[in-house]
Amino acid sequence: MAQTPEEGRILIQENNETYPLAGVNIFWLNTTIGTVSDQEGKFVIPSAASTDQLIVKYLGFKTDTLTVTPGKIIFHFMKENAVESLEEVELTQRRKAAQKSYIAAQNVMQVNSAELLKAACCNLSESFETNPSIDVNFSDALTGTKQIRMLGLSSPYLLITEENIPSVRGASQIYGLTYTPGTWIESIQITKGAGSVTNGFESIAGQINTELQKPFLDAPLFVNLFSSINGRQEANAHWNNKLSDKWSTGLYIHGNQRSLATDRNKDDFLDLPLTKQVNLLNRWQYTDVEKGWVSFLSLRYLDDQKQTGAENFNPDTDRGLTNRWGSEIDTQRFDASLKLGYVFPLLTYQSFGFQAAYNSHDQKAYYGLRQYDINHKSFFSNLLFNSILGNTKNKFKTGLNLAWDRYDEWVDGTNYQRTDQVLGAFFEYTYDSLDRWNIVAGLRVDSHNNLGTFITPRLHARYTPWERAALRFSMGQGRKAANVFAENQTLFATNRAINLRQNSGNIYGLRPEKAWNYGGSIQQGITLFGQQAELNIDYYVTTFQDQVVVDWETARYIRFYNLEGESYAKSFQLGMDYAPIKNVSMRFAYKNHQVKTTYLDGLKQKPLQPEHRFFANADYNNVNETGKGWRADLTYHFVGEQRLAANPRDGQGFSAPAYGLWNAQLTRVFSPQFEIYLGGENLSNQRQANPVIGIDQPFGRNFDASLVYAPVFGRMIYAGLRFNLKNL
Amino acid sequence: MKKVILILLLAAPLSLLAQKKDIQKTSFEVEGVCGMCKARIEKTAFGLKGIKTASWDIPTHQFTILYDANKISLEEVHQAVANAGHDTPLVTAPDEVYEKLPMCCLYERKKKVE
Repeated sequence: MAQTPEEGRILIQENNETYPLAGVNIFWLNTTIGTVSDQEGKFVIPSAASTDQLIVKYLGFKTDTLTVTPGKIIFHFMKENAVESLEEVELTQRRKAAQKSYIAAQNVMQVNSAELLKAACCNLSESFETNPSIDVNFSDALTGTKQIRMLGLSSPYLLITEENIPSVRGASQIYGLTYTPGTWIESIQITKGAGSVTNGFESIAGQINTELQKPFLDAPLFVNLFSSINGRQEANAHWNNKLSDKWSTGLYIHGNQRSLATDRNKDDFLDLPLTKQVNLLNRWQYTDVEKGWVSFLSLRYLDDQKQTGAENFNPDTDRGLTNRWGSEIDTQRFDASLKLGYVFPLLTYQSFGFQAAYNSHDQKAYYGLRQYDINHKSFFSNLLFNSILGNTKNKFKTGLNLAWDRYDEWVDGTNYQRTDQVLGAFFEYTYDSLDRWNIVAGLRVDSHNNLGTFITPRLHARYTPWERAALRFSMGQGRKAANVFAENQTLFATNRAINLRQNSGNIYGLRPEKAWNYGGSIQQGITLFGQQAELNIDYYVTTFQDQVVVDWETARYIRFYNLEGESYAKSFQLGMDYAPIKNVSMRFAYKNHQVKTTYLDGLKQKPLQPEHRFFANADYNNVNETGKGWRADLTYHFVGEQRLAANPRDGQGFSAPAYGLWNAQLTRVFSPQFEIYLGGENLSNQRQANPVIGIDQPFGRNFDASLVYAPVFGRMIYAGLRFNLKNL
Repeated sequence: MKKVILILLLAAPLSLLAQKKDIQKTSFEVEGVCGMCKARIEKTAFGLKGIKTASWDIPTHQFTILYDANKISLEEVHQAVANAGHDTPLVTAPDEVYEKLPMCCLYERKKKVE
């Protein structure tokens, strides 16, 4: 009887992967008939008449004896020999501080609290310095406020939410990001392009969501102190208390101040405003895991005071007079929000959510002789239902929104009042193929008293053509009522005359803004010199069908009018993340922004919008499990030429030169409780020589502190300490 | 009024809630190795009528499903998963399917009692 040879494969299993094992000795017991497995672990061995016992032997692995059933393919897994294995290697990987998913349909970047430590300080507006998706600009020469932009569009075109409730909008548009202290932030999600319909119709260029600390998970006690030699102090305290297995509460207190007056460029104006902020948050969390209920109740109070202008300006004696120019911005804010979530028992894919938020924002401000007071009360509610169609490959969200906003503004003695009311309904369908692609398609209908009744479509798709890659596409429409004064508060730091070119519109006599956003991205993980790297290419276009044009194109005037002609923002980004050696990670990005609007005198790039930007960041971190070590961080920003708006000093058509900025920070971590740091911003001492135009006559028509394209102060060295008290 | 109707129409799926179903949740071990196995096992389950959700956990090999017992029996789920090449406690995958699995999906088969 001719015997057929036996076939088989030798395999090993490691870290949830199966690999072939080559070079394994395979022979019949007590015979000389043998073979060796090939590159794919395969082997063929002539059968032996004398035995059915097959020996499988390889150095470092346990020798096995298999009983062979003739004609049946042998699959054998080798086990490592514990005695012979030389040493165990444990693989650990530090989680990246900012990372993008390969699976999500939307272009979302997750930022955790480690990333937030890279910046000099301490609140949400300062959290984006090391993030390539977001550009940080200076808003004016007086308040030191930073403005963020995404895809070349400023924050009014972004939906900024706190736990998915719209937060920085309306009256808080300019300063709102400074109202969230850094220690309160648990994580940030940055979505490029049109957002989800579930959050409303206002997002045009993207969404930034902040998750705050949750009382149930945060440390029972947390104290954080910050002090820097440029005169800023901060204190944070969190108390979290578990009242029962279901109820927890947290009290979060934040205070900061800058009381040191500095004037390093000797223009008699303060380089940085004098500030004081008190911020209180009380959260209540109810969690009943068995029944599926989760609820949050948050109450918050903010008092924020800024003073800027002439160094020796005294508000008590100088306000309203023309002997010294000064400005005070006092804001009080109260927020209350309720979130209620219910997950159906057993049917974990089905849930209800309800959110309601009320806030009252009261700002009293004067800038020299100009006045800008705004009182904004708003209510927002959202009822959401999540479920599936057939199975969880097909999910949907549907619900209703109800929102109300009341604005009351005093602009240089003119009163503007407006009430916005909107009722909307939305439906969003998500398809997940479980491997290569998914798609999110949403539609909403809103009925708004000032914007009319309209439909907002949104679409996102993700496709994975091969390993470690993702292609994304999104498109969607967005609309908003332009709060011309609140969004452009910078204008009060000038003596430009306001010219509202009203038409029949409902919002300051202007029509609402309307835009399409579409674009896509390619994400590809690669291995470079044996280390992981990731490449990203993004291209997004926003085209405005209607827009409220903010026109600084005539010296001594600012004009607002509805768009006539084209207006678009085209944004290209090429980025790379790379971890070349242990503990070091690097990030590079080149950005090109074509942001053009049709002004009265034609299509032009927006003023103070550089076309080219380059960004590089290197980060070293060897803080180990014991919580000791060093963190170092070096960032370079290149900011290309920027067109300046017309002004009495430079006239028309002047462009500010390109420049580069170096920032660095070195932190010595002594323990999880204590660290000290030394940092420098603008190390190459780049500065704009004369940021304030007409400074000699601040009450004259030429005065203009809005044309800031570069740092006002030169090199700034800061040092400070962070003291964290946890779990005592 | 038209607007209100339109808005209510869009929110209509809210009422799809109440339907007679016998939803059961269960989990059992399914043999497999990697992410490709996960996709294969889950896709197989989602291809069956009455499966609401299915998730296979790579480290523990636990396969958790929610299904409508009026539409499908648990045995049918085991059979389908095994037919795709993955052994379950009730049904062993056919050898010829197992042998054709991609390299990375070959799991170590438990010895059968013969």
